[in-house]
Amino acid sequence: MGSITLRQVNKKFGEVAVIPSIDLEVEEGEFVVFVGPSGCGKSTLLRLIAGLEDVTSGAVLIDGKDATRLPPAKRKLSMVFQSYALYPHMSVRANIAFPLKMAGMPKAEIDAKVADAAETLNLTDYLDRKPRQLSGGQRQRVAIGRAIVRQPSAFLFDEPLSNLDASLRVQMRLEIAELHQQLGATMIYVTHDQVEAMTMADKIVVLNKGRVEQVGSPLELYRAPANLFVAGFIGSPRMNFIRGQAAAAYGAATIGVRPEHIQISTEGGIWQGTVGVTEHLGSDTFLHIHTEDLGTLTVRAGGYVDFGPGDTISLTPDPGRIHRFDSDGRAIR
Amino acid sequence: MARRVTRTRKWAVTIVAWVIGILIFFPILWTILTSFKTEGEAVAMPPSLLFFDWTLENYREVQQRSNYFMHFLNSVTISLGSTAIGLVIAIPAAWAMAFQPTKRTKDLLMWMLSTKMMPAVGVLVPIYLIFRDTGLLDSRLGLTIILTLIDLPIIIWMLYTYFKEIPGEILEAARMDGATLVAEIVHVLTPMAIPGIASTLLLNVILAWNEAFWTLNLTAAQAAPLTAFIASYSSPEGLFYAKLSAASTMAIAPILILGWFSQKQLVRGLTFGAVK
Ligand SMILES: Nc1ncnc2c1ncn2[C@@H]1O[C@H](COP(=O)(O)OP(=O)(O)O)[C@@H](O)[C@H]1O
Ligand SMILES: [Mg+2]
Repeated sequence: MGSITLRQVNKKFGEVAVIPSIDLEVEEGEFVVFVGPSGCGKSTLLRLIAGLEDVTSGAVLIDGKDATRLPPAKRKLSMVFQSYALYPHMSVRANIAFPLKMAGMPKAEIDAKVADAAETLNLTDYLDRKPRQLSGGQRQRVAIGRAIVRQPSAFLFDEPLSNLDASLRVQMRLEIAELHQQLGATMIYVTHDQVEAMTMADKIVVLNKGRVEQVGSPLELYRAPANLFVAGFIGSPRMNFIRGQAAAAYGAATIGVRPEHIQISTEGGIWQGTVGVTEHLGSDTFLHIHTEDLGTLTVRAGGYVDFGPGDTISLTPDPGRIHRFDSDGRAIR
Repeated sequence: MARRVTRTRKWAVTIVAWVIGILIFFPILWTILTSFKTEGEAVAMPPSLLFFDWTLENYREVQQRSNYFMHFLNSVTISLGSTAIGLVIAIPAAWAMAFQPTKRTKDLLMWMLSTKMMPAVGVLVPIYLIFRDTGLLDSRLGLTIILTLIDLPIIIWMLYTYFKEIPGEILEAARMDGATLVAEIVHVLTPMAIPGIASTLLLNVILAWNEAFWTLNLTAAQAAPLTAFIASYSSPEGLFYAKLSAASTMAIAPILILGWFSQKQLVRGLTFGAVK
């Protein structure tokens, strides 16, 4: 239960093809993250799977069966919205119970399931409150509670953490990941935050302008990005891109080196530069180094570095970790 | 300094608000006071504000001369009837326009509103003739129909603005939760829209209650509501100010009381939901 297949899914709003054509396979029990910059069509894709938007052409299969024309209520999917979309006039209890009530479940059974879900999500003390009397994190939990009571084929999350503050976001990230382990259910999770994608996903789908740029595990994307877009999007701080002569020396139009794959030294490296702004994170230091013909490069060094602004510095890229791209931006393997 | 300025300003605003409030309320107050005067005192110059011989004579006479209760019942029937029918038509219409908009929705809304920009007298003759030929003249049914029609654009507009405030995602959440269209409307939409529907209902009852052009022109005796009852005391020949005032007071009393008890809803309604 819970596999989802997209076949040549196309979506137009008027004349604009927001999603030109996507083929995708989400396997049962997988945690799949759609990641990409804002406006690239992540929400649209999720809403097509949910049935909240109709595909212009193509097919959506759920558990191998064609669901393209099924209304959202019949797809057996649960969704957690960015705005939480709780029913403001209902108590937390009624919110969580709503899907079960719609399924016509007997009252006693509903009560037991709601109590269960509330227990899992630490909401037991808040069951009689209205959503407006809850904090952001609690509302988020109610939205998740409403999604899990029904045991759907799959869960859809649309940027569920983007309205929370940073520390809560990290905590909820963990809770959702634990929930996935516990339930073993298929989850599709949309985010524009590559850190969320890297930390949570079994499989990441990188989207750009409605197209799939690459599909793979977090480490595959990190180690072998298929093109410049993925290389630049995955990893923080961003990969350094070098064009021209220095790239040609490696037989490529562009080469990419991640900040963590450059060694710094006082002399002897292959590139030279001057230290500009340095950002100290405690455990790490990000140095921005101005070079004559390569532009500004970011280097990630340890917490203790002996260089400061204005120092001249030598750089050595890790030869095994240089990514090469052709003139179309595709990776050369 | 800053504190003083804001305090002074607060006082100024309060005083201005009271002055405007009293100015607006004054005609109503004056009508009510006049209704307790004799006809002679009603036109006395200079007028007396509070110190006159209070009398209930006008009320007694108005009661004797006209059938207040019949007019009252007519007003109730017409205003509630037109509002109820209006809501039944307007709720689905506003729903469709707020949640399933098409390219033409905005044009349609403007077009509906534009019908309110035409002076009513411009269509008096055709409507009068239609009513005459269909036997709707001086009937409560006829008035209910005409008031429904003239207030429908306002009802739809008000409901539309309220429904627009309901986030679409909540309705989508209901759909994801397995709600059918009917369940979605009954369990999610309507409860959330009730404040808006209530304001619309109240405002429309008041508008219909006070509507005087069509009610005066299309009725004679049978279906005449309270507006016609008031008008029957405004005659050019005699001194009837006091009785006119008594009739007016009796006509507006029910709606004043209704308004008083529903102030909060009304304010929300009149500001189209801008005040939360
Ligand atoms: N209902 C709609 N009508 C017209 N255009 C839309 C609609 N929904 C989304 N779009 C457009 O589709 C593109 C993708 O939107 P969306 O899927 O929300 O992006 P994301 O979730 O990745 O930020 C955007 O350019 C947006 O303007
Ligand atoms: Mg989005």
